[in-house]
Amino acid sequence: MKVNKDNTGYIFLFTFLLIGVVAVILSILATSLAPQISKNNETKKQMDLLQSIGIESTRANAKELFQKYIGSNPSYVINNRGEVVEGNAFEIDIRTQHRDKSISEDAKKYPLFIANKDGQTLYIVPVVGKGLWGPIWGYVSLKDDKRTIYGVSYDHLGETPGLGAEIKQKFFTDRYLAETVADENLNYMPIKIVKDGSGAQPQKVDGITGGTITSKGVEEMVNRTMEIYLNYLKTI
Amino acid sequence: MSEVAEKVKAPAEPLFSKKNRKLVSDPLSDNNPITIQVLGICSALAITVQVEQAVVMSAAVFFVLALGNVVISLLRNLIPGRIRIIVQLVVVASLVIIVNQVLMAFLPDVSAKLSVFVGLIITNCIIMGRFEAFAMGNKPWPSFMDAVGNATGYAIILIIVAVVRELLGSGSLYGIPILGSPIPVEGYPNGTGLFDMGYMNNNLMVLPPMALIVVGIIIWIQRSRNKNLIESH
Repeated sequence: MKVNKDNTGYIFLFTFLLIGVVAVILSILATSLAPQISKNNETKKQMDLLQSIGIESTRANAKELFQKYIGSNPSYVINNRGEVVEGNAFEIDIRTQHRDKSISEDAKKYPLFIANKDGQTLYIVPVVGKGLWGPIWGYVSLKDDKRTIYGVSYDHLGETPGLGAEIKQKFFTDRYLAETVADENLNYMPIKIVKDGSGAQPQKVDGITGGTITSKGVEEMVNRTMEIYLNYLKTI
Repeated sequence: MSEVAEKVKAPAEPLFSKKNRKLVSDPLSDNNPITIQVLGICSALAITVQVEQAVVMSAAVFFVLALGNVVISLLRNLIPGRIRIIVQLVVVASLVIIVNQVLMAFLPDVSAKLSVFVGLIITNCIIMGRFEAFAMGNKPWPSFMDAVGNATGYAIILIIVAVVRELLGSGSLYGIPILGSPIPVEGYPNGTGLFDMGYMNNNLMVLPPMALIVVGIIIWIQRSRNKNLIESH
């Protein structure tokens, strides 16, 4: 039988069949892979958290190391006034929350993780902000004086390779080490990203050449988040 | 009509006949998708800053183009002519999503590198171009060979451009510092290697316009070596 391919009925039939087949394939795939994907994301989060306290991990040993250093300690969820609220810190997706304009500032939840490394208590603060092309995020860990940066890990979705994307490189994250986010009384002090090479001075970090907007995004996200968390850190 | 014609010459030609081999070798130089057909320029300038990205992108395009060409070729006698472009788009978009999902589940680190390019692959005109120009009118096997040739031709140019840009723009290749590192370390305030002697990265190389210029230079070299490629009009 010869079908007329330009027949409107045939076109509709073909379209519906094609869409049906594609929809079935994609939804079966998405459903069957979802548990594996969420497990991978969880592992990635554990690896990022570990990296912020200076522990390199692989996908294979992330879970074990996470349990050893972070998972065995309590974690908290706070609001922007520094009060502890209900919630599971590990499950809060701060990137979605940051993007969602319908959530008021007061309703936002901020997770705080506590790590224990070499007998020292470390406070891990997740940060999220805006780069040049898309979101940037990371974790900043503070020493037990609650104001000196112990380590950071940053990541990004699509910053320019070789320029803004360099924020995740060690040479840049190392520049944040030993900077302070507050004075002795835990009053907030900003850390500035500078262009003039004066990054060695306190409260200053050298930016990335050619990555000014991403560097500024890092500055903004760290400072904004630290100001909020200090409300809580002061009280403990 | 065309079906009848095909059936006549059905006693098949060998898989790697001269004609089929030509499908692979032509796009490598004399009919290169980037330098001759001037397709896929958008992705060529977006992701040739580092060699690693160019390699990941090339692999992804290879996979999607090969699978897509075969799928379109299998469906070619069923696809209504009036909506063929939409059908091609559906096929390429689904393939890209499938690839990305599978990578997310089994090779999450590769997927993280690739996720940015998903949109770029779907809109890559080489893929649509080969679907429309070749797979719609040819059998699956030649279509597959055509995809292999075009994807490889695309990869070659992408990687050449990326090598030039990464070497001159960041002093490294595949993330390995070749010319030294511009990051100051103890005792080397200007960085190590060549940078210690006053060499500086060419930041222009990192920006998209230099990709066009590098592609332009490749086209120039290619056409001056092979005068047949120069259009006369």
